[in-house]
Amino acid sequence: MTVQHPITIPTRSQSARMENWSRAFYRFRQSWLSVIGLAIVLVLIVLAILAPYIVPYPEHVEGATNTAARFLPPSAEAWFGTNELGQDIFSLVLVGSQVSLFSGLAVVFIAIVVGTTVGAIAGYFGGWIDEVLMRLTDLLLTIPSLILAMTVAAALGTGVFNMIVAISITWWPAYARLVRGEVIGKKEEQFVVAARALGAGWLRILCRHILPNIVSPIVVKASLDMGFAILTVASLGFVGIGVKPPTPEWGTLLSGARSYMPDYWWTAVAPGMAIFLAVFAFNLLGDGLRDILDPKARR
Amino acid sequence: MLLFILRRLILIVPILIGLTLLLFVVARLLPGDPVGLAAGPNASAETIAQLRQEFGFDQPLPIQYWTYLTGLLQGDWGTSVFTRRPVFEDILTFLPATLELVFAALLIAIVVGIPLGLLTAVYRNGVLDYVTRTLALGGIAMPRFFLGLLLQLAFAAWLGWLPLSGRYPFIEIPPETVTGFYTIDSLIAGDFYAFRVALAHLALPAFAMALSPLATIMRMMRASTIEVLQQDYVMTERALGLSNRLILFKYVLKNAMTSTLTVIGLYVSWLLGGTVLVETVFDWPGLGLYATQAILTQDFMPVIGVTLVIAIIYLITMLVVDVLYGVFNPKVRYE
Repeated sequence: MTVQHPITIPTRSQSARMENWSRAFYRFRQSWLSVIGLAIVLVLIVLAILAPYIVPYPEHVEGATNTAARFLPPSAEAWFGTNELGQDIFSLVLVGSQVSLFSGLAVVFIAIVVGTTVGAIAGYFGGWIDEVLMRLTDLLLTIPSLILAMTVAAALGTGVFNMIVAISITWWPAYARLVRGEVIGKKEEQFVVAARALGAGWLRILCRHILPNIVSPIVVKASLDMGFAILTVASLGFVGIGVKPPTPEWGTLLSGARSYMPDYWWTAVAPGMAIFLAVFAFNLLGDGLRDILDPKARR
Repeated sequence: MLLFILRRLILIVPILIGLTLLLFVVARLLPGDPVGLAAGPNASAETIAQLRQEFGFDQPLPIQYWTYLTGLLQGDWGTSVFTRRPVFEDILTFLPATLELVFAALLIAIVVGIPLGLLTAVYRNGVLDYVTRTLALGGIAMPRFFLGLLLQLAFAAWLGWLPLSGRYPFIEIPPETVTGFYTIDSLIAGDFYAFRVALAHLALPAFAMALSPLATIMRMMRASTIEVLQQDYVMTERALGLSNRLILFKYVLKNAMTSTLTVIGLYVSWLLGGTVLVETVFDWPGLGLYATQAILTQDFMPVIGVTLVIAIIYLITMLVVDVLYGVFNPKVRYE
């Protein structure tokens, strides 16, 4: 490492905040695993957005069948082979990424909005409001989330929207706990006391002064949760509660393929690998973000 | 200590009451008509009304809840609308299968994960460290149900070493029930053939469930061991000339265990709540399949029952973890 000794202090071209960001980005680039994670995530998202335009057999996604070409092993025409209805599995997995990825995103987003609201109110006001909200949160946390999500999804009926609602119900409590703790830590700090002394209302104090200061733990948790959310979406599809065919979804595709194992193994491998890859990439990205945003985790 | 355990056990009661109330309200708020589903599509309005009366669904919600709560204490956990069987008996039938699976998975995860974590921390940045860490990254991301399918494909379909699915061959009689765990029951009966069969059926589903906790426990153990190894007292012990083995097993291991214990405790509930996925893959006759069946028919009594059982086991595990903290770290005081 070369050490430079500038004689004159260089003029600062960037604001302090920009400098922070570029330092964070530098640290992120240092960890090649996180860069790989980010790259895979970006590729998956671009593929999901472009899916309707690049899908090789759009008619198969609509539910068209081709019984003459049932259970063909992977080939140049059908990269991942064909399934029991003669549909191209690559097309199904490609379009399925839309449901899987964007449901995962939606679940985490809803969980953040609801959890942050509940947690911020509980943490800021304390007292009986805190007691009531947190006891409810704790109760929800003791219920196994997959079973609760399955129950709610089954009762609401199938469909992407209902599935997202069902999973979100089980996800917000963790964010409520996190935000409550952070808000309690921040609300006695000088700048909050100063804002209050200046006559700012509680909503303004929460939204303008406290929440911007607790964004990074929320972002870290959200990025670590993304992979898990995608996994939960796929799990619901796999046990047969969630998105129903003909809407392609990775978990549902895998569940359908189960009946044709072990002879037609390729029907299961493609959707399974897709789930694995998405979860893997988001986990790597999440680990990387945690390392740069959470000073305690830095080593 | 005894007082601490007693107080914590008493504290579980209000949590469970709150939980039943919450589940009851959620179950009733949700749309869906379990009675209509159970009666079938051709049932007349009278039949449905009669069924509703039989199961007490025509009563006001507070009265239904009170009936359920008082029944709960007497071992009556309600009746399934669909199968008309008492929920408590069903749970007792299916619980051992699930517990056997969960314990086996946890055992694999702990027995492999903790030594691996220790080893990789000691030989940090070595070949073993890189290989296991890369595998661990993949292991955490691997969906249990997909791993299960792959294991079936490799070890049952292609190699033919292990059975494809199920808990015991249909045509054979499982060992006499003592604990409900086939592996333990067969040993009690002294039947080593049955033990081998039960173990062979258990191996694949248990490993499919164990991989993710194994990877997490290993990573946790590695991180906390590295942290402990950098403490001043470890350097002091080195300076005093204690052998590496003594330092590692007598001083470092205990201190590194505490944070790993928390993770292990959390994984118990994760495993219990997620058995449904592995049970679906391996047709394992446990609570997960039972719950799925009930959920699909919107039969809420079994669902509430299963949730309660899992919550009870989870709360007890948390208590055990808290007690074990004191075993590993005498500084922990029970208040």
